[in-house]
Amino acid sequence: MNISSYVVPLLLALTAIYALTKKVDVYDALTSGAREGISVLVRIFPALAALLSAVYMLRASGAMELLTAWLAPAMELLGVPSETTALMLIRPISGSGALAVGSDLMATHGADSYIGRVSAVMLGSTETTFYTIAVYFGAAGIRRTRYTVPAALAADLAGFVFAAMAVRIFF
Amino acid sequence: MAMAWVWTILVCFSVLCGAANGQMDAVAGAAMEGAGAAVELCLGMGGAICLWSGVMELMSRCGLAEKLAALFHPLLRRLLPRASRDSETMAALSANLSANLLGLGNAATPLGIRAARRMAYGCEGIASDELCRLVVLNTASIQLLPTTVAGVRAACGSAAPFDILPAVWLASVLSVTAGLLAARLLQAVWRA
Repeated sequence: MNISSYVVPLLLALTAIYALTKKVDVYDALTSGAREGISVLVRIFPALAALLSAVYMLRASGAMELLTAWLAPAMELLGVPSETTALMLIRPISGSGALAVGSDLMATHGADSYIGRVSAVMLGSTETTFYTIAVYFGAAGIRRTRYTVPAALAADLAGFVFAAMAVRIFF
Repeated sequence: MAMAWVWTILVCFSVLCGAANGQMDAVAGAAMEGAGAAVELCLGMGGAICLWSGVMELMSRCGLAEKLAALFHPLLRRLLPRASRDSETMAALSANLSANLLGLGNAATPLGIRAARRMAYGCEGIASDELCRLVVLNTASIQLLPTTVAGVRAACGSAAPFDILPAVWLASVLSVTAGLLAARLLQAVWRA
């Protein structure tokens, strides 16, 4: 029996009760939100198909191992598993690319393995940095972004290092 | 355009390495296999994503999201003191924050942009320190329930897809802190 098994069922039950007391149509909110979920899936599928093909090719060609072996000393210094190198490189550039690489890592090493867990925590604790910067500053008409890029990349790097550390602490 | 380069480089690099390693058969098969894996992944995590999108919609309709954001108002006022003095910017910031906490990226971005545009008045194309901080906040993930990742984990056969929550929260908090600290340090040397 695990305490964290309570989190999801209780969250569902308590949110529903709270929403009912606020006179919100719980069922309608759930289903229209789910429809939004479908459109998310439809939107990311084309990107996933293109990117997973590339990731599979990269792995089959031996390029992934080359890259991993090449950057292994740096990864060891950071305390992150070297298998996640490609994930860390693509994370700031492409959200669906990171999802493709991360899901491949989880599928090959197992979702509940150390590498699988670190990949999941990395995905969950970082964002698509360059996309976000481009969208925000583009919309706000900012041309000189000053130190935003290095600061945001520092946050990403810290996220990766602490993801590996957190998995070692909690599991 | 960036993705055009990324994809082309990935594929060309695979072809070169595949040729050098004599693995062309495997590379050819892998391209098809990867596209098929995308279908499996989307089907495998589709149910979880729909369920959680529904729950998040429910949380934002019943006002739980706003309550959550209100907890962070003192923090916002300290990080973005000038922006939070303007009530309309503050409203957009707060809504942006609550959408981010719920992981509603599609809702968060337009709200964050609204705040950023108001904060950019009179900046003449040069990012102010507060604007830099707002963007750094948005490039760091502060999502409470990483539902997409949990969906992928479920699709890959995880026994408890959400058991990574404490690790994700710890890594997120430390990552945001590192980003804001880096911004604070660079602010002194990187003058407008």
